[in-house]
Amino acid sequence: MTGRKVLLENVNIPGIETFEVYQKNGGYRAVDKALKSMSPDEIVEEVKKSGLRGRGGAGFPTGMKWSFLAKPEGVPRYLVCNADESEPGTFKDRYLMEKIPHLLVEGMIVSSYALGANLSFIYIRGEFMWILDILEKAIAEAYDKGYLGKNIKGSGYNLDLRVMPGGGAYICGEETALLESLEGKRGNPRIKPPFPAVKGLWGCPTVVNNVESIAAVVPIVNDGGDAYAQIGLGKSTGTKLISACGNLARPGVYEIEMGISVEEFIYGDDYCRGIANGKKLKACVPGGSSVPILPHYLVTKTATGEDRLMTYESLSDGGFVSGSMLGSGGFIVFDEDQCIVRNTWNFARFYAHESCGQCSPCREGTGWMEKVLHRLENGNGNLRDIDLLAEINKKIEGNTICPLGDAAAWPVAAAIRHFREEFEWHVTHREESQTRNFGLISQPVTA
Amino acid sequence: MIKVTIDNIEVEVPQGTTILNAARQIGGDVVPPAMCYYSKLEGSGGKCRTCLVEVAAGSTADPRPMPKLVASCSTPVMDGMVVKNKTSERVFENRGGVTEFLLINHPLDCPVCDQAGECHLQDLAYEHGSSKSRYEEEKRTFDPIDIGDKIKLHMNRCILCYRCVQVANQLTENRVHGVLNRGEHAEISTYIENAVDNDFSGNMIDVCPVGALTDKTFRFKSRVWFLKPMEAECSCDKCAGKTVLWMFGDEIYRVTARKDRYGEVEDMDGKPGWICNDCRFEKKDPSKWNIIGPRVIDRHSVISQGKYATNIRNNAKKLD
Amino acid sequence: MNLHVDINKRHAERKEFSPESLAKVNELMLDVPEGKHKSAVLRVLHMAQDELGGWLSIETMDYVAELLNIQPIEVYEVATFYTMFHLDQTGKYVLEVCRTGPCMLVGSDKIIEYIENKLNIQVGQTTEDGMFTLKTVECMGACGYGPMLQCQYKNHEFLTPEKVDELIEGYRSGTFEK
Repeated sequence: MTGRKVLLENVNIPGIETFEVYQKNGGYRAVDKALKSMSPDEIVEEVKKSGLRGRGGAGFPTGMKWSFLAKPEGVPRYLVCNADESEPGTFKDRYLMEKIPHLLVEGMIVSSYALGANLSFIYIRGEFMWILDILEKAIAEAYDKGYLGKNIKGSGYNLDLRVMPGGGAYICGEETALLESLEGKRGNPRIKPPFPAVKGLWGCPTVVNNVESIAAVVPIVNDGGDAYAQIGLGKSTGTKLISACGNLARPGVYEIEMGISVEEFIYGDDYCRGIANGKKLKACVPGGSSVPILPHYLVTKTATGEDRLMTYESLSDGGFVSGSMLGSGGFIVFDEDQCIVRNTWNFARFYAHESCGQCSPCREGTGWMEKVLHRLENGNGNLRDIDLLAEINKKIEGNTICPLGDAAAWPVAAAIRHFREEFEWHVTHREESQTRNFGLISQPVTA
Repeated sequence: MIKVTIDNIEVEVPQGTTILNAARQIGGDVVPPAMCYYSKLEGSGGKCRTCLVEVAAGSTADPRPMPKLVASCSTPVMDGMVVKNKTSERVFENRGGVTEFLLINHPLDCPVCDQAGECHLQDLAYEHGSSKSRYEEEKRTFDPIDIGDKIKLHMNRCILCYRCVQVANQLTENRVHGVLNRGEHAEISTYIENAVDNDFSGNMIDVCPVGALTDKTFRFKSRVWFLKPMEAECSCDKCAGKTVLWMFGDEIYRVTARKDRYGEVEDMDGKPGWICNDCRFEKKDPSKWNIIGPRVIDRHSVISQGKYATNIRNNAKKLD
Repeated sequence: MNLHVDINKRHAERKEFSPESLAKVNELMLDVPEGKHKSAVLRVLHMAQDELGGWLSIETMDYVAELLNIQPIEVYEVATFYTMFHLDQTGKYVLEVCRTGPCMLVGSDKIIEYIENKLNIQVGQTTEDGMFTLKTVECMGACGYGPMLQCQYKNHEFLTPEKVDELIEGYRSGTFEK
């Protein structure tokens, strides 16, 4: 069975953004159940059993992350929800928060209880200021109904929940940069160790989770971790919100059951309904701008000819040679008229713009790549530049304080790996490359 | 105490010691270079990435190698950890990469830079730099500014180690300069073209690993390798008054704190020997100082290339 | 590329919050554990930008530092890091057009060019009448709804030249006023 939904099944019910309608449709059952009949450790156990993996992009098992939280006596612990959704191609958390804000609030209450936090935060990117208002309204309703504040529903458990805005910085999606920002500082990622689970917000043990991960705790508590693990395929349990964009006939946010095929997702009637304007598929970045780009012949099939599925495992099949990653679920599709060099430059410019500037490989390397790619794109490059890019890339990757360096390096490396022909054509056909696109790359003959 | 092996040399260090400090305990060329880490400054380190090392075995309990190179200044050692610094090809290659990054936007104006001869970036470039530049783009530039009446800021030369910000945090109540903007546009600035004005502001110069912050009273006066460093002291009500005078004949050209082989100020009576601005900028008259004798500069930089250190060392021996 | 900025242009007459906003600032400072009120700086800067002239002059930032009892440099450090804060005077409406990959794939370049021609300004400039400033921004998290722009926290999505005409007219005539 595919196509099950656990997060967005009620999203189209009119008024679902209000407490009343949300509760009438089964909302806040998880809080009632957790506070009445479950210990915090039991919830952590259920989350572990569910196989839920962090939905922000890294895919780290949520239950395991929770179990790392240090619990020294007399020190407060914090849960922080990462709603700084900024990875190009990703707009799923925004959709969830806008449409069904109480799902996040409910998830925050249950998760905070599980972690023993009495003050929790939702850090939302500043550009989503109107969603901050939506969330604050939902939170006020929850206070009003006794689901937040002192002695929630007579359980003796206290929780305050606050929403804090960012100010325009992609890097604040990195959890330690987010914590710095939450403390009112520049979003410079911290040097690790120590990790947030030991020393996080204001030096106290802290868990940072993505919006979708926190929301997924609600069905896990309601139906049990085992039931959640039954959804999906293999180790990719549950559902995933995919935000589809680029040249698709029907872009948007879809909750998919993990395990559907990429083919079905792109071309199926329930999903994106194919490439816009009847064009051909040229390439796809399946998990947000930082993951490797796949040329058309590796999108729906793996290098070994198997169907590519929407799972962590299948999307990364072939490693970085012929695979990519599920990442944050930002699914970007390119039609035959798109220029890979231009897009690679565009992404490189994004990462150079968003580098915090703290460590030298990222500060200098991302800017350097951007400038070289800009030359190539504008017909001022030479063949040496392509190798230079690959070289700069290798010196950034793995050598930076935080993953932004890798995020900047991977798309360039993958674009050159799969589309070298197109890069070279920009050098050998300087003028032509300014007026028309290279088109589809030919499929390499495999043995 | 726990045991760690660095470049095949075993050393015992207390729990919580970083790889870099364990290496410093061994000494010599096992020690990775450090452009931003400064043991006396809280929160320093981790940024420049020149001290990256390879961890070939994580610990006795978990002997797996670490997949990425790690910043030795901020990674604590584990019992049984095996580290490769100068014995690792990977380290050498990536440190070269970091050096190249630090140099692409650097003006390479050593011939007119007062830091030349005692510049950590110069040292790094000698050891890990390439003789050719692959950077064909326009460099980013900033106008040099006065950041106080005695301190010049050449932002073009800055490597954003954050040390000058940390020293201000540590020595003053009201820091007025910081890191502004971000990414490759990040800069050290007061934003409002304010003067950094407090009794200890001159220590920014001493902690700066490059020629970004220099002493205006010494500007273009000489090259450091022409000067003789002399240990001296004076009675000062603001600081310990223990300094190094950089002299030519009987003239004092500049005054600095006493620094160790890693360029860090030495401890005086258990505390970092920061010096006050009076001692640094105002006391250029030798009669104000009790001159103790030649100072050995134990560094591998240009100062030593001039064989000055060797001569001093010989003289110092004679003095014994 | 010289990064020198003329700081003299970033001064303005000091303005202060309304009593209601001051109460909100105090509330925000009490929302976090004692002594951690610096946390409020981003939100207070947003409030200051929205209420005190649409951009953050040096005087406004100094005022925020006073309110939060922190050093001015701590505010400058933050304000210059986050791109939503305008450090130079802007027009009444700032049109922030997303230029990142997914929006580019669906034609953001053409929208930017169209606005430039329509308003007769380049990206980064303000119209002579002081009504509009055009900026480009990186990913706004509206990738499936591009091309898009944001103005005063309001998203305008699936932009076409016709829609741009409409919204510029809307702002000129006050229809889109908050």
